Amino acid sequence: MIVAKRKPFDEIRQLLKGYKKVLNVGCGTCVAVCLAGGEKEVSVLNAELDMAGKLDDNPIEIAGITIERQCDREYLEALDSKVGNYEVLLSMACGAGVQFLAERYPQIPVLPAVDTTFIGVNQAVGWYEERCRSCSSCVLGHTGGICPVTMCAKGLYNGPCGGTNKGSCEIDANQPCAWYMIYERLKGQGRLDCILEITPPNDWQNQIPRTVIQPGYSKPETTAK
Amino acid sequence: MKSGSNLEKILKAGHFAFTGELGPPRGTGAEEVRHKASFLKGMVDSVNITDNQTAVVRMSSWAASLIVLQEGLEPNYQMVCRDRNRLAMQSDILGAYTLGIRNMLCLSGDHQKFGDHPQAKGVFDVDSMQLIGMVKKMRDEGKFLGGAEILNPPQIFIGAASNPFADPFEWRVHRLAKKIASGVDFIQTQCIYNMEKFRAFIKQANEMGLTEKVYILAGVTPMKSVGMAKYMKSKVPGMDVPDEIIKRLQGVDKTKVADEGIKIACEQIEEFKEMKGVAGVHLMAIEWEHKVPEIAERAKVLPRPVID
Ligand code: SF4
Repeated sequence: MIVAKRKPFDEIRQLLKGYKKVLNVGCGTCVAVCLAGGEKEVSVLNAELDMAGKLDDNPIEIAGITIERQCDREYLEALDSKVGNYEVLLSMACGAGVQFLAERYPQIPVLPAVDTTFIGVNQAVGWYEERCRSCSSCVLGHTGGICPVTMCAKGLYNGPCGGTNKGSCEIDANQPCAWYMIYERLKGQGRLDCILEITPPNDWQNQIPRTVIQPGYSKPETTAK
Repeated sequence: MKSGSNLEKILKAGHFAFTGELGPPRGTGAEEVRHKASFLKGMVDSVNITDNQTAVVRMSSWAASLIVLQEGLEPNYQMVCRDRNRLAMQSDILGAYTLGIRNMLCLSGDHQKFGDHPQAKGVFDVDSMQLIGMVKKMRDEGKFLGGAEILNPPQIFIGAASNPFADPFEWRVHRLAKKIASGVDFIQTQCIYNMEKFRAFIKQANEMGLTEKVYILAGVTPMKSVGMAKYMKSKVPGMDVPDEIIKRLQGVDKTKVADEGIKIACEQIEEFKEMKGVAGVHLMAIEWEHKVPEIAERAKVLPRPVID
């Protein structure tokens, strides 16, 4: 899932400076699961903003709504009848959700309340770790299911580098060396031949905005720009 | 001849090579480079010019290489993957070759987190293995990585590093094999202190026939002090300093520690001269350039052979 963390409170207040009528829009998917921008986080942030406004003698009118997914048109529709009553929208969705919201209501400023951080896994409640950089050319098939692009500090395709230190990465003794793990896992599987081959320079595909159209589908005329 | 560099000629003729290292200054001006180079001239076959070593900004490696070249010393131009993408790398290689640089050392580079700009974006567009292959393609096929023809392709003697001590130890020789398959001509190793482990590494490389395909220069850095030895042991990633080395330095009079460090280095060099599979020594006397003549003398590697 996509993992985000809430922006510092002061930064959110700074972004909202001058606005009196705010609608905070949460998202019920990834950011809700990682406890950053779901229904609960929307009400907590709104309570804090409300309180801070009152303490400052500068009360604001703030409402909250959480929709299933901000990256999906179908769910955004529910907002159409509401947004007109507000000067600004605060979004607690990931960067994709924020942009989709802004795209739908181009007349209204849309401000992010979270920092989108990574694609990762849930290690325990409240503890998430990055696992994927969405590079568009997955090599996990020959790296033992461990991503060198994400997990190696240098993103090496032909590691390990000379800095590997007793299984740790050179950047930090607490950070496992991705290539050490790759080696150990492939050795255990008897598949070290997978990394004997030289991986050629990568064809970077994440340097321009990417579009995916699955086989059998096409861009609908109505939504194409 | 692949490049006709002095280093290549020395190695090809079967001489025991001796190379040095020089770090460019943190500022402008050629004087510091010339000063350091003056100690190395006539003492080494080629001198590595480091590229933003330890991720700290310094004068560019190619610029310092050119100053060294003016001083009559042959540079070994180091290039790290951390700071430039494939376009910048290839254009620097064209420029460097055009202005007389003939040796290159292809490195991944220390992570930017260690340096003076830890906020920097690490490039790592290609890794050291891929950089070797790219330089080889430029030289042997006369083509850029992207496939287009190069006008007057650069003839570079291609080097790379090898750390025989980093984990996983059993993989290191295979990594060396990969670098050879990528097209490397010579290897300079990480500083060696654990001779037992190095002997095992070279033995494996010999058995796999690797030492017939590549020239291996054993890395040597004399210890200046007990503090340096302890620091290298505990703080430098991938460095293997056995306790005996520290004990031996501690065992001599305080005024004699540096001398003992040089003595250890010379003993190592004597062993390397006899070691099957080792083609020379790379002396990294970090900020100790003025000691290189004494070390070269005591290691009995002088005079350096001259080949036309
Ligand atoms: S130590 Fe391992 S994880 Fe760290 S940069 Fe080197 S290869 Fe990558």
